[in-house]
Amino acid sequence: MNDQVVIKTQGLTKKYGDFTAVNNLDLEVYAGEIFGLLGPNGAGKTTTILMLLGLTEPSQGIARINGYDTSKETLAVKKIVGYLPDHVGFYEDMTGRENLRFVGRLNGLPAKEIEERIDHLLERVKLSDVGNKKVGTYSRGMRQRLGLADTLMKDPRVIILDEPTLGLDPEGIAEMLALITELAKKDQRTVLISSHLLHQVQKICDRVGIFVRGNLLACGPIHTLGEKVFKDQPLTLEIQVSPLDEELIKLIKSLNQEIKIEIQEGKIMLESKTEIRKSLVRTISDHNYDLLFLKQRGRDLDDIYRRYFAEKG
Amino acid sequence: MIFIAGILRKRGDPMSTSSLRVLYQKELADHLRSKRFIIILILVAITGLSSIYAAASGIRSAVSEQGNTFVFLKLFTTGGSSLPSFVSFMSFLGPLVGLSLGFDAINGEINRGSLSRLLAQPIPRDTVVNGKFLAGLTIIALMVISLGVALGALGIIMLGVIPTLEEILRLSVFFLLTILYMSLWLALSQLSSLVFRQTATSALACIAIWLFFSVFVGLLAGIIADALYPVNSSSTIDLALKKSNAELMLNRVSPSTLYSECTVSLLNPGVRTLGLITQEQLIGTIPGVLPFSQSLLLIWPHLVSLIALNMICFAISYIYFMRQEIRA
Repeated sequence: MNDQVVIKTQGLTKKYGDFTAVNNLDLEVYAGEIFGLLGPNGAGKTTTILMLLGLTEPSQGIARINGYDTSKETLAVKKIVGYLPDHVGFYEDMTGRENLRFVGRLNGLPAKEIEERIDHLLERVKLSDVGNKKVGTYSRGMRQRLGLADTLMKDPRVIILDEPTLGLDPEGIAEMLALITELAKKDQRTVLISSHLLHQVQKICDRVGIFVRGNLLACGPIHTLGEKVFKDQPLTLEIQVSPLDEELIKLIKSLNQEIKIEIQEGKIMLESKTEIRKSLVRTISDHNYDLLFLKQRGRDLDDIYRRYFAEKG
Repeated sequence: MIFIAGILRKRGDPMSTSSLRVLYQKELADHLRSKRFIIILILVAITGLSSIYAAASGIRSAVSEQGNTFVFLKLFTTGGSSLPSFVSFMSFLGPLVGLSLGFDAINGEINRGSLSRLLAQPIPRDTVVNGKFLAGLTIIALMVISLGVALGALGIIMLGVIPTLEEILRLSVFFLLTILYMSLWLALSQLSSLVFRQTATSALACIAIWLFFSVFVGLLAGIIADALYPVNSSSTIDLALKKSNAELMLNRVSPSTLYSECTVSLLNPGVRTLGLITQEQLIGTIPGVLPFSQSLLLIWPHLVSLIALNMICFAISYIYFMRQEIRA
């Protein structure tokens, strides 16, 4: 990965009447990275993507991909950008192969190269054996993979994926994410993923942007994001200990008087301003209690996300 | 059509013309493979054949009695005992052909989710509307021309009369006119497919417009003309003339009226005017037929209006589509 900026937006704004879908977005995505644009439904992720592709015009601001203005030099942009829409649709009565061939021809590729690419891509997305079946017979996961092959037909430098894991089963999601990672790492393509499914997507993203109600709230690698947001917050732990009795509560209290304890559904929620994990674990085991579960809360993406919802909601 | 030809010629970029060709071929293949096309084709073919058959069986006796001129044209304009003529069938079914080819052109793609995929390819946006319209137009032309040739052949066999050059010319213009008329409805339905998100709504809107123009315009024109120039038993001839003229002009708002008037003039060389004439204007006229060029001159304004309507519909949908936000 290098520091070359591939996607850059400056003050990108989209208004629908009084409603601001995207507000003054400044974003930079570097070459070869996987960038996750994460946010709840209706946050403006798809609108941003549409502006990046020149499918809708920004009210203000400018977006550039590889230096091309996306609202003016749309053809140049579309030559290097592959786009997978969130509800990707194919021509149902054409086969997978025919659909890909059509896209290849629209991109002005020579016939021989089209066939080679189709063979290669179908194999890559594991659809070689159904390539000659009509898309109408495909499952959701197959369609999504065909969609990925479809975006790759033009051999794009930048790939924009809108909710690529939506509606897939766990196995399908894992396959999809593995494919996407491969695209970025092996082929050196820049990938922008939008999603509201944090857990799935955060794993493969180099950097993420949290997008809520048209505003980019935080942007950066996931671990730094947690630190940034929660540096002043107390440490929150969720533990499960057997047996759970009064003695145990007293024991924990004895560690530090300032610990707040709350019991929820057999789990103990601890909130402490100081680091108590080591002493806590030792105390519990020294007194013949069994520690069944311990989780630090408030540092992962989900908590960041929830927090922003709470703040904004 | 001239408009589209202009667009095509203006584009020097080989990339965009080739993408238009790819899209056009795909649309054409889609139409030809679709069940809808087959249904429409069968419908038009059956009505065409039966009306010609009925007309031919009626004419044979008439021809032997009168030795009339332009027998071949009569084949298309006269109806059988229980069937309307081919011309009236066309003016009624023509819109249906155009509408059925275009009512889901754009919103169908949106609903399938394939439009955003299509527009993510490096093709100029107008390629999509142009390609779809051209493909629809080609289908219409294929349908009309093959039907025309088939019916002509049937006519020759049944009547045993070889059409004269003028008859062939008149019929050719008539079929071109039919293509133009159907393409107007195609442009209209394509516009409606842009405006309405649901294909069913779009189809319904198209049918509503079709019914309005082919049935209700006539009624409305009568009512409005009556209100403007109330004619009673003591009215002057002048007022009655004004009323009839107003009604005629209002009727001409409808493309169906334009088409019918054109066909009457084209296929009925005896028709000298499409407007009103009084008895006294007829005094001293020598009964005869108009030459082809004069018939053409008579319908020239109609042809221009039909082409203009076509262009307006297409231009509106073109502009609308270029500005539309494409959301999956």
